[in-house]
Amino acid sequence: MKKSNGKTFKERSFGWIDERYDVTGLIEFAKKKSVPKFRETIWYYFGGIALLLFVIQVLSGILLLMYYQGTEDAAYESVKFISTKVSFGWLIRSVHSWSANLMVLAIFIHMFSVYFLKSFRKPRELTWYTGFILLALAMGFGFSGYLLPWNELAFFATKVGTDITRQIPVIGDSLLILLRGGEDVTGATLSRFFGFHVAVLPGLFTVFLVLHLMFIQRQGMAEPEDWRKLPESEKKQIPFFPNFTLRELLIWLIVINILAILAVFFPWELGNKADPFAPAPVGIRPEWYFMFMFQVLKLLPANILFLSGEFVGIAAFGIGIFLWFIVPFWDKRTPESRRNKAITYVGIFVVMFIIIFTILGFILD
Amino acid sequence: MTEDPKNSNINNNRRDFLGMLLGGGFFAWIISLFYPVFKFLDPPKIEEVKVSSVKIGAVEDMAKDSGKIIKFGNKPVIVIRKLDGEYAAFSGVCTHLDCIVQFRQDYGQIYCACHNGKYDLNGRNVSGPPPAPLKKFGVTIKKDEVIVYEEEA
Repeated sequence: MKKSNGKTFKERSFGWIDERYDVTGLIEFAKKKSVPKFRETIWYYFGGIALLLFVIQVLSGILLLMYYQGTEDAAYESVKFISTKVSFGWLIRSVHSWSANLMVLAIFIHMFSVYFLKSFRKPRELTWYTGFILLALAMGFGFSGYLLPWNELAFFATKVGTDITRQIPVIGDSLLILLRGGEDVTGATLSRFFGFHVAVLPGLFTVFLVLHLMFIQRQGMAEPEDWRKLPESEKKQIPFFPNFTLRELLIWLIVINILAILAVFFPWELGNKADPFAPAPVGIRPEWYFMFMFQVLKLLPANILFLSGEFVGIAAFGIGIFLWFIVPFWDKRTPESRRNKAITYVGIFVVMFIIIFTILGFILD
Repeated sequence: MTEDPKNSNINNNRRDFLGMLLGGGFFAWIISLFYPVFKFLDPPKIEEVKVSSVKIGAVEDMAKDSGKIIKFGNKPVIVIRKLDGEYAAFSGVCTHLDCIVQFRQDYGQIYCACHNGKYDLNGRNVSGPPPAPLKKFGVTIKKDEVIVYEEEA
């Protein structure tokens, strides 16, 4: 290494950047950052897992874009081409599908852990709100991406999913046309969903992701109440850098391996091309994260009192999801040294509800 | 400078007025900006070819106790030939959530696979979530040819 003024090249380059951008300040900040160490520390890794999977989605999605064609005549054929002719095309497509599912799963786990640890409380309300919006956007990614291969399953799932907007009073019908690009699910719908999937949603997602991460960096890691009440001497912490970061990297390595195993040994199926004049195939179902809602709609009778079954079901889901979204608002902080049990019970009920109806959806008929 | 209260009142009124004008103008400007965008997203109506009847082939082309989907313009219609050889036709779109129905020989019913909706062979919703019967289409036989036509409401 060449030296001048007794400094190595590395030191001089660092000095050059540091003088202009105050890197030392950033390093000081990173040194102070720490994660509380306790029984539930494991849950602190799931946000990072979701982030990793999002990055994988962006990269594999860009690769798929090199061959995919978003039109009614070519979509199915181009996905088939990717899966059968393009070198490793089957792998890239499979990674994209599996990673999408794992990402939604990771976000769900992340959300419920934040909920049960009550990390959404003051001062982290905005982190919760942005996180919830990210989950909604991720589900939007899933729903719009599901249609893109233009196969039977996707076609009918999209018909049903978009038809639900009809239940929204006043604006429902116009919203349906806006989503579908016409009265029916056609090539116009495919064009729109393609646009949502590769332009609108990634843009929005990036904005909310940046906000979400900025809030977390600004406030530091959430400390659960039980941990905060411990005497100073018993508060164990893990320095964020390098200890927590290295552990997170190790977990990322494991996740990438799981993803590779799933993608290689359980490649995503393509099914039959969509035919707008064929009956819906038996055994049609949406992605698993919509399954519980799908299953409830299936079980509702045609009419409840004087309202249609779907309307009641969808209104109930709408209200429930909205209440979940604004949980920091209605969770009145209980006096110090007391837990708010109701929040936990509501959370357990929601988790049980989702799990039971998801399982029912997969085993019934 | 001493303020003349009357004068300042006029000034305030003038300021409020200008503020309203500017605010209103800005609001109108925003609307004029977004109006074309919303209109752009609303797809233009495409002229539909008006279809009033469709020939689906000879009477004996379809087996008894079977059903199939035909194209009626750009809409699916389900045609059924019952056990006794009689024909019936209904809109193929499930009244629940827009899926396409099918004839199920094993049930002797019209069935929607999306949410287990069932209709009898007269198109009446008999079980599951469908809120209304399937719209009926007319079937007539002319010189051994089966013709499906739209019935006047």
